[in-house]
Amino acid sequence: MSDLFTVNKSPFEKNSLEAAIKFSLAGSSILMIEDGVYGAMKGTAAEDMVKGAMSDRKVYALKSDLMARAIKDDRVIEGIEVIDYAGFVDLVEANDKVQAWV
Amino acid sequence: MSDIKKFMYLNRRAPYGTIYAWESLEVVLIGAAFDQEVSLIFADDGVFQLVKGSDTSESDMKNFMPTYRTLGDYGVRHMYVDRASLAARGLSEDDLIEVAWEDYETEEEVDNIVEIVDTDQAAKLMAESEVVFSF
Repeated sequence: MSDLFTVNKSPFEKNSLEAAIKFSLAGSSILMIEDGVYGAMKGTAAEDMVKGAMSDRKVYALKSDLMARAIKDDRVIEGIEVIDYAGFVDLVEANDKVQAWV
Repeated sequence: MSDIKKFMYLNRRAPYGTIYAWESLEVVLIGAAFDQEVSLIFADDGVFQLVKGSDTSESDMKNFMPTYRTLGDYGVRHMYVDRASLAARGLSEDDLIEVAWEDYETEEEVDNIVEIVDTDQAAKLMAESEVVFSF
């Protein structure tokens, strides 16, 4: 049993990412999309929380949303997998269901 | 010319995820038609609006970042950025665009009107403004 959690809000403005981490089981996947991709940045106030979640959850970020927000690959926290739309579809297919945390 | 007021546009939202950043730009550009003293201030997620290198080629969204670079030509005299907001997001001055300004009558030039300020300074700047528009 594993779910995909999508998060589309900035972790600095809303607690959607924090809540998704808190309410997700070990083994879950968390995908950052839209303003959610700010959570993937290195050196921010949210970095420790994200790294903590990565100990037993897989974290992904959507490439096109990173690009629009000028977050280059070298500024993404190591271990976060950057995926494209096709990868998004694969994730949806690989998990039991999708939970959108907005 | 005592009609000239000090306008401050306060920007606190990230670009693209919501319409706030774009709406603010629109109002600033429209407001340029009225001869006022215009400043912008960026705080919280608003600082993301000025990060250079945006690429929307895979997003089906208009890249409106270049518009910020033209603001000096629309009468914007100052663009202030809150230092603490930058730091919390792992950003520094090097990550931000530069915006030039020139007075075409006096030929006075400023290479970059983007200025990092401390929070107490930001508070003072807003307090000294006659109108604060919030986005």
